[in-house]
Amino acid sequence: MALNKRRFDALIIGAGGAGLNAAIQLANTDARVAVVSKVFPTRSHTVAAQGGVNAALANVLPDNWHWHMFDTVKGSDYLGDQDAIEFMCREAIPTVYELEHNGVPFSRLDDGKIYQRAFGGQSQNFGGAQAARTCAAADRTGHAILHALYQQNVRARTHFFDEYFAIDLIRDDEGAILGALIMEIETGEPLLIEAKATVLATGGCGQVYRTTSNAHINTGDGTAMALRAGIPLMDMEFFQFHPTGIAGKGMLITEGVRGEGGYLVNKDGERFMERYAPNAKDLASRDVVSRAIVTEVKEGRGCGPQADHVLLKVDHLGEEIVSKRLPGIRESGKIFAGVDAVHEPLPVFPTAHYVMGGIPTDPYGRVIVPQGNGEEVVPGLYAAGECACVSVHGANRLGGNSLLDILVFGRAAGLDVIESLKEHRNHRPLNESSVETAMARLTRWDQKGEGISVRALRDEFRKTMEDHAGVFRTEEIMAEGVEKLKALRDKLPEVRLSDHSKVFNTARVEALELENLVDTGIAIAYSALKRQESRGAHSRPDFPARDDANWMKHSLYFKQDDHMDYKPVRTKPLTVETFPPKERVY
Amino acid sequence: MKFLVSRYNPDSDAAPYMQAFEVEVPRGMMLRDALLDIKRQDESFAFRHSCGEGVCGSDGVNVNGINKLACITPVSELKEPIEVRPFPGRPIIRDLVVDMTQFYQQYKAVKPWLVRNDPMPEQEILQSPQDRDKLDGLYECILCGCCSTSCPSFWWNPEKFHGPQALLTAWRFLADSRDQATDERLDALEGPYKLFRCHTIMNCVEVCPKGLNPTKAIGHIKALMLKNAV
Ligand SMILES: Cc1cc2nc3c(=O)[nH]c(=O)nc-3n(C[C@H](O)[C@H](O)[C@H](O)COP(=O)(O)OP(=O)(O)OC[C@H]3O[C@@H](n4cnc5c(N)ncnc54)[C@H](O)[C@@H]3O)c2cc1C
Ligand code: SF4
Ligand code: SF4
Ligand code: FES
Repeated sequence: MALNKRRFDALIIGAGGAGLNAAIQLANTDARVAVVSKVFPTRSHTVAAQGGVNAALANVLPDNWHWHMFDTVKGSDYLGDQDAIEFMCREAIPTVYELEHNGVPFSRLDDGKIYQRAFGGQSQNFGGAQAARTCAAADRTGHAILHALYQQNVRARTHFFDEYFAIDLIRDDEGAILGALIMEIETGEPLLIEAKATVLATGGCGQVYRTTSNAHINTGDGTAMALRAGIPLMDMEFFQFHPTGIAGKGMLITEGVRGEGGYLVNKDGERFMERYAPNAKDLASRDVVSRAIVTEVKEGRGCGPQADHVLLKVDHLGEEIVSKRLPGIRESGKIFAGVDAVHEPLPVFPTAHYVMGGIPTDPYGRVIVPQGNGEEVVPGLYAAGECACVSVHGANRLGGNSLLDILVFGRAAGLDVIESLKEHRNHRPLNESSVETAMARLTRWDQKGEGISVRALRDEFRKTMEDHAGVFRTEEIMAEGVEKLKALRDKLPEVRLSDHSKVFNTARVEALELENLVDTGIAIAYSALKRQESRGAHSRPDFPARDDANWMKHSLYFKQDDHMDYKPVRTKPLTVETFPPKERVY
Repeated sequence: MKFLVSRYNPDSDAAPYMQAFEVEVPRGMMLRDALLDIKRQDESFAFRHSCGEGVCGSDGVNVNGINKLACITPVSELKEPIEVRPFPGRPIIRDLVVDMTQFYQQYKAVKPWLVRNDPMPEQEILQSPQDRDKLDGLYECILCGCCSTSCPSFWWNPEKFHGPQALLTAWRFLADSRDQATDERLDALEGPYKLFRCHTIMNCVEVCPKGLNPTKAIGHIKALMLKNAV
């Protein structure tokens, strides 16, 4: 049977905050846009974001975008690109107002303005007193934002392909991206979408680790699609472990809990963060708090029968604050830890949370790759959101800056697509061999016979990632890990499905996701092995210091031959002066 | 523990049937974990799920006759044998996966977005905390469909009656002090079906995993209609 084809001006893969904010820009033009999502849009993982989105609105305490910029540069451990960071922190303010106009039910202050809370790593006046910069809709900010953006797209009649799985990008011999091969999950039928511009907005990849705050669907599909199209991934060694996941389960307890006055204690009831971060204490940057918790547990001061976690105290805040500001947390605590946060502390331990690295882009969302001594744009390809790396988070992301990133750069990508469509009025000719390669990825799973199960390989891969590319990383542990991971990758061709049915075959979807997990996971482990310093989330006991002389540079991992390359950090902002690297203390 | 799950593959089965599985249940196991364990035993078993924490709304199923979100339903609270079926009243696509198109259409039919006719201010539209409080219990809906698919009126008239989810959403915008389409919204709800097919049977309230109360929202809409008619 001939492959079905559809043509659109723009194709957006992903309907989380990034994809939907790109789509809404295009919806206001006469461009024909397709938004593809493997789940119904409001099920995207943006829905799970709790704490809020940063913008220097100064509704609660004095603030301005330049302070926000300083905190972000410092938080990034000086690996973030300062032009992109300036852009994001300036854009934050109109972006949040636009969200509000789009209907997001933000919590309010007595004067009717948007409520803002304190989050880790925020300061006034370039490192001074704590700031309150995180705009919140109770502790359900992501849900509120995602639903409002979806609703606005429904108003604008955006063309959605719900429950379609993107398999691979289609490209021509010059490397230009022509669209993607997708599959309708309900029927199992492939569909080729040709587009003049394609935006990857596929979100995170937390599922590469066994214990994670990320949803089942966060399997790094977009990053793996980019790798297979010959595009490198940038700064993948920087993976954030959120300090407060529910112990043993991984569900997130937002930093907003500590922003509202919650704090951590060890088995002696000691408020141990005072030792690790005398000023910021429990609101130190995430990498700092995560390492502190792991150290407490390693040194025998953990709580519980296994002494394998610490406690997050909230009960002193009183029922009123907890139910008003943190209702979702109270609910999750009850369900998953059997603890009512109003009366008892919550058991917590770091959980794999957020990937700082991703597909390299410029501040317009255009994907860029090395070329000669410089860089060039990949024609027809954009990336935005957690799967992209602009890089505003550098080595460590601040809480509340990711929702901001996805919205600001989702919007910027949408706007740039509009511009590019003015120049590129026609579709490029289709490249049949690229379509065949993509189709082969799908038909490969029709092979019958004995083999390894998807489940078995996936479980082993995720465990290996956790053990060998987790919070603390030594040469020995990581080198062994990379070998094991590569051995698992070599076994992929032996994996077989037993279910070859067409209709809503979730086993096949998981098989396709497994390949993506493997490619993305190896990018993380390999980049981590090669970076011989400690910076932000990447913490190496064997190279405990940050090494600006040798390592203040972005890493680029290529799938072909597991090859590494590096490029300089962009330290020059757009209009203000550079923040030179300093020791990062909180 | 013994589980009976509904199976149906349109390629090979004439009708849905129940299949038994034995699942070992450790302390704190959620129903989603049990379904995943069944999928481990038989990879052809299909159901939707994602976040695992009750926020994405993917994994609504019918358990021992009641609609629930699998990921936040402790197995220990369920009576053995645990019977898991797809949502009632919806066309079955496969196993526990149903076609929710009509449910989404009803949601879209109530114009679920903020309407503002005044020019937008440069900053936020102001809203008092008291006015914002009116949205609590409304905006948190995760579109899981537990309510509408347990509503008898929606079973009989899914193309004409909006159903509790969509009506809750209608009220969410009517109740928003920033919204400026009250009259249009109320006019659009007139007629014997869209709103008035609700017979206050309250199934929807009992099943909502987020503790929301669509019946109350429906009551508010009716009261506002009366007030505006006077
Ligand atoms: C529990 C939790 C709490 C968080 N809290 C905060 C917070 O308070 N503040 C903050 O700033 N950040 C927070 N974050 C981070 C932030 O929420 C995420 O980084 C962000 O929402 C990612 O948005 P996105 O649009 O890039 O991707 P997502 O929202 O994950 O969307 C990805 C989209 O891509 C689609 N997709 C993926 N692969 C495919 C494929 N192969 N085919 C078709 N479609 C595909 C999915 O269906 C989905 O629509 C939190 C993260 C987690 C996990
Ligand atoms: S109260 Fe109304 S909407 Fe709710 S279940 Fe009953 S008839 Fe349906
Ligand atoms: S009202 Fe409750 S049951 Fe109904 S869709 Fe929303 S969250 Fe689900
Ligand atoms: S899996 Fe998301 S609500 Fe259950």
